[in-house]
Amino acid sequence: MDLETLLQVLDSTIRLATPLLLACLAGLFSERAGIFDIGLEGKMLAAAFFSGAVAYTTGTVWLGLLAGIAASLTLSGIHGLASITFRGNQLISGVAINFLASGMTVVIAEDWFRQGGRTPSLVGDARFKPIELPLSGIDIPLIGPIYTDLISGHTILVYLALLLVPASWWLLYRTRFGLRLRAVGENPAAVDTAGINVTGLRFAAVGICGVLCGIAGAYLATALQAGFVKEMSAGRGFIALAALIFAKWRPWHALVACLLFGLLQALSLRPDVVTAMTSFDVPVQLLDALPYILTVVILAGFVGKAIPPRAGGEPYVKEQ
Amino acid sequence: MKLTHFFASATAVVALTAGAAVAEPAIIYDLGGKFDKSFNEAAYTGAQRWANETGGKYLEIELSSEAQREQALRRFAERGANPIITTGFAMADPVNEVSADYPDTTFVNIDGWIPEIPSNVAMIAFEEHTGSYLVGMMAAMKSESGTVGFIGGMDVPLIRHFGCGYAQGVKAVNPDATIIANMTGTTPTAWNDPVKGGELAKAQIAQGADVVYAAAGGTGVGVLQAAADEGVYSIGVDKNQNHLHPGSVLTSMLKRVDVAVYDSLKAGDALTGGSMQVLGLAEDGVGYAMDENNASLVSDEMKAAVEAAKAKIISGEIEVTAYYTNDSCPVLDF
Repeated sequence: MDLETLLQVLDSTIRLATPLLLACLAGLFSERAGIFDIGLEGKMLAAAFFSGAVAYTTGTVWLGLLAGIAASLTLSGIHGLASITFRGNQLISGVAINFLASGMTVVIAEDWFRQGGRTPSLVGDARFKPIELPLSGIDIPLIGPIYTDLISGHTILVYLALLLVPASWWLLYRTRFGLRLRAVGENPAAVDTAGINVTGLRFAAVGICGVLCGIAGAYLATALQAGFVKEMSAGRGFIALAALIFAKWRPWHALVACLLFGLLQALSLRPDVVTAMTSFDVPVQLLDALPYILTVVILAGFVGKAIPPRAGGEPYVKEQ
Repeated sequence: MKLTHFFASATAVVALTAGAAVAEPAIIYDLGGKFDKSFNEAAYTGAQRWANETGGKYLEIELSSEAQREQALRRFAERGANPIITTGFAMADPVNEVSADYPDTTFVNIDGWIPEIPSNVAMIAFEEHTGSYLVGMMAAMKSESGTVGFIGGMDVPLIRHFGCGYAQGVKAVNPDATIIANMTGTTPTAWNDPVKGGELAKAQIAQGADVVYAAAGGTGVGVLQAAADEGVYSIGVDKNQNHLHPGSVLTSMLKRVDVAVYDSLKAGDALTGGSMQVLGLAEDGVGYAMDENNASLVSDEMKAAVEAAKAKIISGEIEVTAYYTNDSCPVLDF
């Protein structure tokens, strides 16, 4: 495999890993605070629709991004209300959100645009454009092409997602808020005894989760693609959950897991490269299934143990 | 009081029977939905044309889950709808089962296949491979790199059938051409994943493809978008998609589901079943789209070559191999 092909595959990896990474970090905050969230998929989908719709209507992609975040936050609010305030089952609430988003987006899209549950194509400023970083095109062997083709030329949301990894690590491990957030996912009673508001912390975590899912959805509809198509999240929320388990709920590991899963997805697009590398035919379906297989292997405890936050999935009841 | 009541119910009964005598046709749209910009929307267009021309009315339902297939068929049949038109290959088996219980109702299925067609079922199929052959020729003539792409939706024989015809058309023009064929996936989500479609198109373009043909439903939207972004040509499918990216969509492989639906509705009660009707180039059931959006992309030579091939396919001089014949394609490995 020559350098050019390698760069093409890695370029595709970064584009495909970005929505996974954003959704994975979203899940990380929520689950670290003890709120399981299988509604990542639904929140991404709702955000994709509203960002696409508003970007099309206003012609400004930034307003679209805000609308996507707002839509995702609303669903997060519902999830928080159901599972924190009313102590409902977090898994059922998450499933409900997925169903709600999947149906609602199509109904509203049909009513607004009459195009079969999709938004019209976005053009011009209604889309995030690739950014050429300064010095791109620089003529240094090896480093030049890597910098120009791989690092430069992505949309701003890609760089934002990558910056969010150290930011998340810092927030979770180096701030008081992060310590309390993690504690609330392990032992909410202890946090409560210390006089800290468990409900407030958990809502904050769910809120961060909503914002990140909103960016992930907007990235799908306004950066990778030019508009919303029904069910366009296509299971990426669930792959992000798998990546979260694979990363054992840690930010840097989440980056590695998402890049790995992105690489597998990118390779499944290039059967010719896989065949050339392995010198026999690898079924594309196997590459598509590998993220899930790896997650099962991790969960089964073959490669270390994946232990979720101890209070995950449990509604907190005072004075139990 | 009692008497008026009697009369009232009598008229109601008369009204009901009158309603049943003038049977309304019914259309069942498949899971893609009525406005999918593609297959089902074409069926809707045909039905609307019939309704506008004749002033007739029809019943319709958009399926939202697999479980509704048989239920919808039975409900329309119980209501006395005739004929009942269904779109999509997935409706063939339910139609086959339900039709035995309603011998007086005629069922129509577009795109499906049943081994033994009951006498009250009319099957309509299209020669997608000949239409794809023509757009394949156009792709090969337009391509400068000698590499063209094909992106299918869900990996099913029907989509391989599209790809196989396309590949044969490409090879007819340029025997040395490289055809890169990818399928989006193996589950129904493959019909609605424009992100993956776009990435597949980019991967094919990176390998040198400069014309990409998408037969992938909603996923195709992403393919056409990526082709427009990267400055190469694309080919749409089913409906005329030339207007989506003028100047980038070379043409569209038309599948005239609207004509099939219109003809079935027009035949109405006179429609007979028991056979499979195949609409090809001769019947204008398939073809390629030309309009003001792609007029500048298609040269007169290209048009002449394609028209000549079309005439030869109709006369039988050129034979395009169907994927179904051996479940394999002579010029393309999937």
